[in-house]
Amino acid sequence: MIDLLLIGLTRFIVGGQAQWIGAVPDTRQRIYFANHASHLDTLLIWSALPRPLRGTTHPIAAADYWGRGKLRRHIALKVLNAVLVDRATQGPPGAALAPLRGVLAEGESLVLFPEGTRGNERLPGPFKSGLYWLSQEFPEVELIPTYLDNPSRAFPKGTFLPVPISCTVRFGAPLLRRAGEEKDAFLERARAAVGALASDTVP
Amino acid sequence: MSLTDKLFILFGGISALLGIASVIGFMLSRKVTSENGRATVANLNARIKAWWVMVAIFAVSFALGRGVTVVLFALTSFYTLREFISLTPTRGADHLPLVAAFYVLLPLQYWLIWTDWYALFTILVPVYGFLLLPSLAALKGDAGEFLLRVSRIQWGLMLTVYCISHAPALLTLDLPGRPNEGFLLLFFLITVAQFSDVMQYVFGKLFGRTKVAPVVSPSKTLEGLVGGGLSAVAAGAGLWWITPFTPLAAAAMALAVVAMGFLGGLSLSAVKRSMGVKDWGTMISGHGGVLDRMDSLSFAAPVFFHLTRYFYT
Repeated sequence: MIDLLLIGLTRFIVGGQAQWIGAVPDTRQRIYFANHASHLDTLLIWSALPRPLRGTTHPIAAADYWGRGKLRRHIALKVLNAVLVDRATQGPPGAALAPLRGVLAEGESLVLFPEGTRGNERLPGPFKSGLYWLSQEFPEVELIPTYLDNPSRAFPKGTFLPVPISCTVRFGAPLLRRAGEEKDAFLERARAAVGALASDTVP
Repeated sequence: MSLTDKLFILFGGISALLGIASVIGFMLSRKVTSENGRATVANLNARIKAWWVMVAIFAVSFALGRGVTVVLFALTSFYTLREFISLTPTRGADHLPLVAAFYVLLPLQYWLIWTDWYALFTILVPVYGFLLLPSLAALKGDAGEFLLRVSRIQWGLMLTVYCISHAPALLTLDLPGRPNEGFLLLFFLITVAQFSDVMQYVFGKLFGRTKVAPVVSPSKTLEGLVGGGLSAVAAGAGLWWITPFTPLAAAAMALAVVAMGFLGGLSLSAVKRSMGVKDWGTMISGHGGVLDRMDSLSFAAPVFFHLTRYFYT
């Protein structure tokens, strides 16, 4: 019930139409990695996925936003199936990835924002290394570059209310792994794959 | 004849017309063989299907009364403004003016129709919106392309909220001896404007040769304009019995609607072209966006409203 309400509201305010450009909706295990522009992003990707995929796909959401307040927390955990991650975690490198590994180990899919923070630019900024480590540990999982068009205009950083501006979610062709590729080269290639889906470069 | 009887006849007539169009569309889809022809017919059939839905929505809202009709047009303004702003470059500093446009000015404009506050209705967007939006944008302290940014939002608001709201505002007109017949005026306006668009498309496809505006809108032809325009004027004259107009006056009113509709379509084509897009959106299959269907109505509504208000109330 609340999920339909949420999808309805998302469609009404920002549209969130899905465009499958290089991939088709499929229940196989995937990591969708996307540019991050607003707090709408999690909602946008979640509502753009067909219903059968929604149940088994878990967006990674920042605990300092989605974990705050009872309602928001309930929506994040119970409706969006989100995994809350504490961005301030200090510890050995890769420790913050533990809950993500858990999801992948159970055979379910993830939605990641490898920039780690919201940006205002059209093209994504540098990626953090989490995507690389996960792609190494789970070589069977398909990596789907995802581009969110417009959410930074609809809900810019530092504002309280989204305005109605149509956003689009584009799913691109799976990123193939190359044997022996260095971490930085891989991350740069992944970032370029997302950037390639930005509007004026797609036919 | 009561208002309900008239509306029954009118929507019955429209359904019959659409029924004929659907049959023709179906026969064409079995007849065409060429690649190009098939695409045209597929688009035609998508348009006819969308027409059925749009007519059904209007019929239901008319049946449910003034409140629902006002809400329907408020939603139309909402979606057209969303389409307009989505294609218009805005930046972070425009957020506050946009919040005011979508969440304050738009609902307020339709609330003024609902409460029949004519004086404020006519100046809300052109005067108070005009003063409010730049103020809010300036408070953000971003001077980059300031005039351009503020003008775009004001223009979108004038077109999609102010102009379109003049269509449901017909329901507030006090026609002497004709209570509640604003619905019939609204039906007249929408039918003439949309019939003109459809017939211009049909005549243009069949006989179109001479382009009237090759740069701005290559699909508009003189043959389409004349054939479609005359059909719509004839249709308007034939609807005189639902209006306070004489047959001749109804034809003149229809002519005003057709002329403004043509100019509206042309102006908005120019806007789209300057933005480098073909359609305003993808909401109505076969037609493009909502604004692609409302462009002629947005220009025609204020003129039709003022002519009727001046001469008939």
